[in-house]
Amino acid sequence: MMRRRSHTRAQALAETTFHGTALTCAVLVLVSMTAIFVELVRNSRLSLAKFGWGFLTSAAWNPVTSDFGAASSIFGTLVSTAIALLIAVPLSLAIALFLVEMAHPRIARPVGSAIELLAAIPSIIYGMWGLFVLAPYMADHVQPLLQKFFGKLPLFAGPPMGIGMLSAGLVLALMVLPFITAVVRDIFALVPSVMKEAGYGMGATTWEVTRKVTLRHGMRGVLGGVFLGLGRAIGETMAVTFVIGNDHRIAASLFASGNTISSTLANEFTEASQPLYLSALVELGLILFVITFLIQIAAQLWLKHISHRLGTDK
Amino acid sequence: MRRRPSWPRKLSDVIVKVLAALSALFGLVFLAWILYVVLRHGASALSWKFLTTLPSPPGVGGGGLANAIIGTAAMTLLACVMGVPVGLMAGVYLAEFGRGNRFATLVRFLVNVMMGIPSIIVGLFVYTIMVRPVGHFSGWAGAVSLALLIMPVVARTTEDMLTLVPNSLRESALALGVPHWRSTVQIMFRAAKAGLLTGVLLAVARVSGETAPLLFTALDSPYWPHSLNGPTGNLTVTIFNYAMSPYPNWQQAAWGASFLITAGVLALTIVSRALAREKK
Repeated sequence: MMRRRSHTRAQALAETTFHGTALTCAVLVLVSMTAIFVELVRNSRLSLAKFGWGFLTSAAWNPVTSDFGAASSIFGTLVSTAIALLIAVPLSLAIALFLVEMAHPRIARPVGSAIELLAAIPSIIYGMWGLFVLAPYMADHVQPLLQKFFGKLPLFAGPPMGIGMLSAGLVLALMVLPFITAVVRDIFALVPSVMKEAGYGMGATTWEVTRKVTLRHGMRGVLGGVFLGLGRAIGETMAVTFVIGNDHRIAASLFASGNTISSTLANEFTEASQPLYLSALVELGLILFVITFLIQIAAQLWLKHISHRLGTDK
Repeated sequence: MRRRPSWPRKLSDVIVKVLAALSALFGLVFLAWILYVVLRHGASALSWKFLTTLPSPPGVGGGGLANAIIGTAAMTLLACVMGVPVGLMAGVYLAEFGRGNRFATLVRFLVNVMMGIPSIIVGLFVYTIMVRPVGHFSGWAGAVSLALLIMPVVARTTEDMLTLVPNSLRESALALGVPHWRSTVQIMFRAAKAGLLTGVLLAVARVSGETAPLLFTALDSPYWPHSLNGPTGNLTVTIFNYAMSPYPNWQQAAWGASFLITAGVLALTIVSRALAREKK
């Protein structure tokens, strides 16, 4: 009898320990997220105090005179992300269409896996390829061609150097392509086949069914995928650092070099010697953290909203 | 009533189909292009010496990256030791203890958000808590930042995989009087084994190619890593530094390192995919 009681006590202890460990680990997620925010704020207080809100709009970046502003980095981040999405979203839609509606499963499966592999290649490899292969190719072939046809536009002005905003956007597009494609593909596959078949039964072509049934049904989901791609592109570091040229300026031309928040951090952080310089860099990180945090929250809420509507929520 | 001609509809259908196929081809071409470039430049840089000796100064040929290979392996392994158990248990909490409770909903949400936080921010954070206070870079800090990236991925897949296990299995164990912790470890883990392993492998694959979080934490070093208590050489930061240098032999070494990283990450990814497919 005694033995049995101690046995149950040991069991209860084990149970409590297990539950406690699991809870602690869950709390750790909460703690790390909070700590990231608190530490970034704490370490950027010098810069926060000195520049205030003006930090966001000032284009200055001068370590010698200790005058810092985030405008050029924010501008570069937004422009390179916009280029990436402009290229990647239509491509992802077309690829998902090909994989779900057109290709024979025997082709769709390997092609789909290959597209997914694009997501597995590390960022720094995209950087190596971008710097040593894509940039010279852009400078020799693509950019002169663009200038020949649209040379009067300020967007394509300046010497074709290969590196710069356009190349950075293109590399980013390749990097987010698999993520958006995966979401869109799932959304397309979720559209009830009765609805598509009804369309085909009326004599509609594949394109008509896609446009009027599949896309209309899955539009909100596609937007969720775009959000995810946006979140990825905006914080991408190494690939962009290799090809964007790393120059603190705001230029109208897509051929000009620029910088993003993350590329500035990657390039200058270990060289920052004065406390204010370091603080300004950490504040850049804080801005990026807040932006991606908001995007993630929007994306999560949106996807949750959709899956409720499509009735696929767990 | 006149019939609308059908050729414009058919033509637009054909055009769209061709465009879609071309887009898929576009993606494949870039994948092949990147892999080809890494293979061509990387293979010529590889040699036995490359894998077993220390880096050589610029201009002097023949050096290797043995220290960086060891550093990357050590930090990734340590990151797994720290990140996988925490992620696993957080996932267990979400799937087994936190159903429908508000705290679990918050944590689930944060896990998803945390997966989307740029890795450079994680590096910055670890710099502020582990490098700045002690005044020097360290391999430990590098491992911690990688662990922070592993944690949410493992938590998320663990929760997903445990949720997929049929509830009847859980209930029958509890009905037999098996304590909750034993049913989780001995029954749920076993049922979800392949899925859990896939999650861990994918997390490791993702993290072993990371550069940004190591830039401010482990930094880089051209010496043998005697301890992780100082700057620690690693493949990815070496690629960054060497590629940006003007010396051909360093750039060559950067390609060699790129080849090793790409091969490692792709192998891990493909193995984990195959494992996931086998389960289905």
